[in-house]
Amino acid sequence: MFLQQLVNGISVGGIYALIASGYALIYSLLGFSNWAHGEVAMLGAYVALLFTASLQLPFIAAAIIGIGGAAIISFLNERLAYRRIRENKAPTMFLMIAAMGLSIVFQNGSMLLFGAKFQKFPPIMPVSSISIGSVHVGVLDLLTLAVAAVALIVLEIVITKTKFGLGIRAIASNTATAGLLGINTNKMFALVFAIAGALAGMAGVLLGLKYNVYPTMGNIGLKAFIASVFGGLGSVRGAIVGAIVIGVTEVMVSGYLSSGLRDLITFALLIIILLIKPSGLMGVSVEEKA
Amino acid sequence: MFSDYTQGIMIIACINMIAVLGISVLTGFTRLFSFGNAGFMSIGAYTSALLTAKMGMPFIPAILVGILFAGIAAYLLGSLTLKLKGDYFLITTLGFGEMVRVLFNYIPITGGARGLSGIPKYTTLPIAVICLVLAVIIAWTLIHSKYGRNFTAIREQEIAAESVGIDITRSKKMAFVFSAMFAGWAGALYAHNLMFLSPMMFNLAKSAELTITVVIGGLGSLTGSIFGSLVVTLLPEIFRSLANYRMFLYGLAVVLIIILRPAGLFGYREFSIRKSIAFVKAAPGTITALLKGKSSKDKMEARK
Repeated sequence: MFLQQLVNGISVGGIYALIASGYALIYSLLGFSNWAHGEVAMLGAYVALLFTASLQLPFIAAAIIGIGGAAIISFLNERLAYRRIRENKAPTMFLMIAAMGLSIVFQNGSMLLFGAKFQKFPPIMPVSSISIGSVHVGVLDLLTLAVAAVALIVLEIVITKTKFGLGIRAIASNTATAGLLGINTNKMFALVFAIAGALAGMAGVLLGLKYNVYPTMGNIGLKAFIASVFGGLGSVRGAIVGAIVIGVTEVMVSGYLSSGLRDLITFALLIIILLIKPSGLMGVSVEEKA
Repeated sequence: MFSDYTQGIMIIACINMIAVLGISVLTGFTRLFSFGNAGFMSIGAYTSALLTAKMGMPFIPAILVGILFAGIAAYLLGSLTLKLKGDYFLITTLGFGEMVRVLFNYIPITGGARGLSGIPKYTTLPIAVICLVLAVIIAWTLIHSKYGRNFTAIREQEIAAESVGIDITRSKKMAFVFSAMFAGWAGALYAHNLMFLSPMMFNLAKSAELTITVVIGGLGSLTGSIFGSLVVTLLPEIFRSLANYRMFLYGLAVVLIIILRPAGLFGYREFSIRKSIAFVKAAPGTITALLKGKSSKDKMEARK
C-alpha cells in the first residue's frame, strides 16, 4: 500500500516537475512567474487529442505533435505578448499580469472551442497495472515517471553541459552583461520559452492520459508554480525537488488523511517552508540593488 | 426609482468597488501584490453572516466584527510573511486564500461546500452607496496622509524609502491590513446581499479579478480603480448576449491593456472635474498639437 502510494506520488510529482521546471527556467531569465504555463500544458493535451481522435494518428505521433504544438504556443506567448511588454520597459510584474490574462484567454477560449466536457485519450496500454509481489503499480504511472525522468535529465544536461546552457546561465546571472558579450538574448528567450512549452506539453499529454482532457486542467499549473516557489524561484533543480515533495505529500495526505485536506496541507507546508527558508529550498537569496 | 435588476447590479458594483479600493491602496500605492483578498472577503462574509443569521446580531456591529476579523487575520499573516520579497510574499497570500477556502469547505459551522443559507437581506442600495462613499473618503484620506506618502515612497524605491527612515515593514503591514479590512467589509455586504454563501465564491479567480481590476484602472489612481471596477462589473451586464465570450474577452482586454496602455486607463492621475473641463476647453489646441506630430508616445518619453 505505502509503496504503491509512493510510486503514485512520485509520478504525480514528475508531471508537476515537467511544468515547474518551465516556471523556473522562465523565472531565472525574466524574473516573473509565467502563469499561463499550465494552460500551455492544457493546449498541448488538446492538440495531441485532436490528432489521435480526428486524424487517427498513432498515439506516439500525436503526442509528439502535441508537444510541438505546446512549444509553438509558448513561443508565441513570448513573441506576441511578453516581448512587447519588455520593450515597453514596463515593470516585470506587468508580465505576470499579462500571463494571468493569457491564462484566462486560453482557458475560456478552449472552453468555447472544445466544450467543457471531459475527453479521453483512446487506451494505449494493454494492461493497466503490473504486480510486483503484493504491490500493484500502474503502468501509466511508471511510463509517466520514465518520460519525466528522461526529459528532466536531458534538460539538466543541456543546461549544465552545452554552450546553449551556458548562454542561459549567463542571461540568468545578468541579462545586460550577457547581451554585451554577444549573446542574442531575444533569441535565447524565444528558445527557452519553446523548451519550457515542450516540457509543459509533455506534462499535458501525460496528465490527459492519466485523468482526462478538459479546459480547466491547466489549473495544475498552480501546483507546479507552488512547487517552483517551494524549491526556490528560478532554480530548475529546486523546482524538480519541490514538485516531487508536493506530489508525494498530496498523494499521502489524500491516501491516509482526507482528500478534502489535501490542498490545505500543501499550502500550509509551503508557507512554513518559506518562513523557515525565505528563498525556497534551493533558491539563491539575492540582495536587492538600488 | 430603479428596477430591482438595476438595483442589484448597482449594489454589486458598490461592493466590488470597496474591495477594489483596498487592493488599490495595497497594489497601486504600495506595490504589494495579494492574491488572497478573496480569502479576507470570505472571512468578513462568513463572520458577519454567522453573527446575524445564527446569533441575531444587528447588521452594523456584525459588519464591524467581520472587518475586524479580516484585519486580524491579515495582521497575523502579514507579521509572518511581509518580510518575504516579491513573488514569495505573493504566493503566501495565494496560499492563505486557498487555505481559508478549503477550511470553510471543511468545517461544519459554515455549512461546508453546500453553502450557508438563511442570511437576512440587509444590504440595500442606500446602505451600499453610503458604505462606498465612506470607503472612498477613508481611502482618500489615508492616501493623502503621512502614511499614504510612505506607501508611495515604498512603491517608488523601497531601499531609498528605508534609508530616509520609513519603517518599511510597518507601512507594508498597514497597507496589507487596510486592504484586508476593506475586503472584509465588502464580504460582509456581499453576504447580506446574496443571502447565501459558498466557499467557491471566494476562489483564486476572485482574488485575481480584484488585482486585475486595479491594473486595468491604473496603478496609483483611486478614481482609476473605481472606474476600472465599474467597467469590469457593468460591461458583462451590457453584453449579456455575449455571456459565453465574457471571460475570453475579459482576458483579452487585460492582455491588450497591458501591452498597449501599460499605465492602465487612468495612469497615475486622478480624475478631477476641474481638469476635465480644462481638458475639454483645451481640446482643439491639443488636437492640432497632435496633428503636428507630437504623439502621446513622445510625451511619455519626455516625462521619463
